[in-house]
Amino acid sequence: MHDVAVDAPIVTEGAAHAEPAEASDDFQIVPRVGLPIVGVVLAATIAGIAVNEQWPLEFLHVVAGAGWTVVDLFLGFVLGPILGKLSIPARIEMTKKLMPKMVLLMPTLVVVTLSAGWQLANHLGTVDSSYALHGWVVASFIVVGAMAVIALGLLEPANIAVLVELKKRRPNPAVIEKLMKRFIYTAGATGLMQVATLVIMTKLASG
Amino acid sequence: MSVAAEHAQAGHGDTGEPVLPPVTQLAMSSLALIVAGGIYLAAHIPNHVSLGPAIALLAASALLLATNLVLLARVQGFPWERFFAIAKWALLAYAVIAGMIEYAFLRDELKGGPLVVLTLSLVVFAVHVPLLIGFTVARFYDADAEAAASAG
Repeated sequence: MHDVAVDAPIVTEGAAHAEPAEASDDFQIVPRVGLPIVGVVLAATIAGIAVNEQWPLEFLHVVAGAGWTVVDLFLGFVLGPILGKLSIPARIEMTKKLMPKMVLLMPTLVVVTLSAGWQLANHLGTVDSSYALHGWVVASFIVVGAMAVIALGLLEPANIAVLVELKKRRPNPAVIEKLMKRFIYTAGATGLMQVATLVIMTKLASG
Repeated sequence: MSVAAEHAQAGHGDTGEPVLPPVTQLAMSSLALIVAGGIYLAAHIPNHVSLGPAIALLAASALLLATNLVLLARVQGFPWERFFAIAKWALLAYAVIAGMIEYAFLRDELKGGPLVVLTLSLVVFAVHVPLLIGFTVARFYDADAEAAASAG
């Protein structure tokens, strides 16, 4: 069972408990050390919106947006396939190291990108329906909206659930398998949509 | 025994997969409706926009949220303790996120009907995502296995 890859059939719950993976308490589902950093980033975003100047808004939107895009592409097309080919113990070890960081990183990147981006669009007037490339702006709303629904509805719950499962004394490998599969597939789907975001954003930037 | 296992034992599932209400599907649909309403409003700024479609989308989304809550409440043996242990923190996090987005709307002096619709949309969003996270965690909770592991 420990050599089962992501593409292998999912073992049943009962069978999984016969050979439990090793549980551990050596990680935090939400890394507390990261919370102050998230707090600072969110405070900076609120300040940027309050000041309503182009540079801070553009900085926040570009940095967070680039982070969101890069992480999605990397997870979906580089790390995801590698993770799928690892043995179960290696995958569990990797998951315990990677996923707690994602719990803080992804929602922060998403909310900073969206709120700073909305404010920036208001500041520049690109959100107005009279803007020449308004169709492209609406297209970006649609792509980002779809990505947000997938990320919030599928990716984030799977992320949390797999970490809670790993915290158990006897985590169920079948559950971890199922949830990681969901995580990797949805990361791949959002990665594909990020390509569309890149096309739209470069078009908007070049006018 | 987990909710999934109980249902499987009762003949509701063949592979041990949980036969629970389609909470994830309903929540995804609800979120998609909220996003569609938001895009509809945002796409017409600053022109006058009819609120009818946005209100209809919001109402449909809220109805799906209510349906999800009712369906989930009717599941026998659902590990609510586990559900709330996770969902309450997720609710806090998503309340902060919704608050930030709301602040951006207020900063842009959005007012009237669009502000009400978007605020209520944020409320549905901030409740539905934590519900989904709590559900996804709780559905795999196995009280018997946990007790056995603790004893062993």
